[in-house]
Amino acid sequence: MSYFSDIYNGIKTLLTGMSVTGGYFIRARKGALTQQYPDNRDTLKMFDRFRGEVVMPHDELNEHRCTGCQKCEIACPNGTIEIIWDRGIDEDTGKKKKKIDQHIYHLSMCTMCGLCIEACPTDAIVWAQNYENSVYDRAALTKVLNQPGSKVKAGIED
Amino acid sequence: MIETIHNWLYSIMPEGVASITEMVLIATAYLALFALAGLYLVYFERKVAAWFQLRLGPNRVGPFGLFQTMADALKLVSKELTTNDRIDKLLYNLAPYFVIVAALIALAVLPFSKQFQAFDINIGIFFLLAVSSMGVIGILLGGWASNNKYALIGAIRSGIQTISYELSVGLSLLTMVLLTGSLQLSEIIEVQRTGGWLILQGHIPAVIAFMIFMIAGTAETNRAPFDLVEAESELGAGFHTEYSGMKFAYFFLAEFINMFIIASIAVVVFFGGWLSPFGITDEITWFPQFIWFFIKVLGIIFLMMWFRWTFPRLRVDQLLTLEWKYLLPINLVNMVLMAIIIWLNLTL
Repeated sequence: MSYFSDIYNGIKTLLTGMSVTGGYFIRARKGALTQQYPDNRDTLKMFDRFRGEVVMPHDELNEHRCTGCQKCEIACPNGTIEIIWDRGIDEDTGKKKKKIDQHIYHLSMCTMCGLCIEACPTDAIVWAQNYENSVYDRAALTKVLNQPGSKVKAGIED
Repeated sequence: MIETIHNWLYSIMPEGVASITEMVLIATAYLALFALAGLYLVYFERKVAAWFQLRLGPNRVGPFGLFQTMADALKLVSKELTTNDRIDKLLYNLAPYFVIVAALIALAVLPFSKQFQAFDINIGIFFLLAVSSMGVIGILLGGWASNNKYALIGAIRSGIQTISYELSVGLSLLTMVLLTGSLQLSEIIEVQRTGGWLILQGHIPAVIAFMIFMIAGTAETNRAPFDLVEAESELGAGFHTEYSGMKFAYFFLAEFINMFIIASIAVVVFFGGWLSPFGITDEITWFPQFIWFFIKVLGIIFLMMWFRWTFPRLRVDQLLTLEWKYLLPINLVNMVLMAIIIWLNLTL
């Protein structure tokens, strides 16, 4: 007789569901997920996985990890990243070597898909957690990610 | 206080005019009370929904967002009433009033306390059932007159649902009427003064009847998980797709008043109406009894909101399977069980 076991299971699963939501209801006062955004602007910290914009971290010696391999530029589906590069003489080996002049990032075109960050073999670009990116002039959204005078960190290509 | 107003009215007016004035006053009081109750039920629903989903709910307009629904109502009143071409104008405009009038008539017989009952007739429960199932005519008219296929499908679904679940509501209440021996609401409450709440008096069949009543009552009011009448993903807004502004607000308010009515019936028939639990406030003469009534009603309404924010929506075939294959047979067996229990004097 599946009729009665259906009724029993139906009631049991309904009660299970109600106990789950009831638990949320009771705990809601302690841990509401809502951020009261404009009010808590000073203290609001974004979550690690939030995708604000692409940045290139530099260390204290003003060195980044970008080798100018252009994999990110190729990976980008809508041409958000442009890399202007050059060849220079490497001091250690005396050979000619590729290095970036400007890593240009158009935030206005970026869809935050993250393919560039996945494509990067040296983890030179990462997600930043900043928000409030709106500006009055869209030219301000075209950013040069490498700082002026910066150079690639030694030994990254190895 | 009611006595003084009554005497004062009869002292300054001739008898006929005074009684009409009294009726108008009572009607106005009920309308005002339930416009307010509807607004605050919407607020309650939104707060409860927010807490179930770990959100905050309305908290900007007034302290704790208490004036939020007032602001929403003002917005709805000030909105333009849009209509589309080729509607049936008369029926389209009539439909919201059907729904709201059916909801308000039912309020008249509800016993909020011993004194606070506008109309105590001896067929109280029968009257409530008859009137509360009238609202669906307004929904059907609205869906038909809108000249919109979503609205029509929604209205037809509502018709199916109400016709099916009306049986379960009626039968589960009939099971309890076996116990009380009376349809009069004040009488039903008096039975519970000595013997305890009916859900305890009738124990097993009463609990089953209560569960069936809650399921069928939720379906009656077209609320989730039985809200396939206005399933957003399939039908837009269902039968009130073409309604805007105040006419939409009438449908919306009627839904909440219907919820209040279903909860009130449950409180009267199962939980002792305005009687205090264990008679704790029976000796305190100044204690307003209707507070107990409203506390119990809010509890039942909270249960219905809990259903809404827990269960997924049923399909039409599942809806009908639940009613005709499960609730109706269980209900009939349950009624026989209740009769046997009363016959053998096994009630508590």
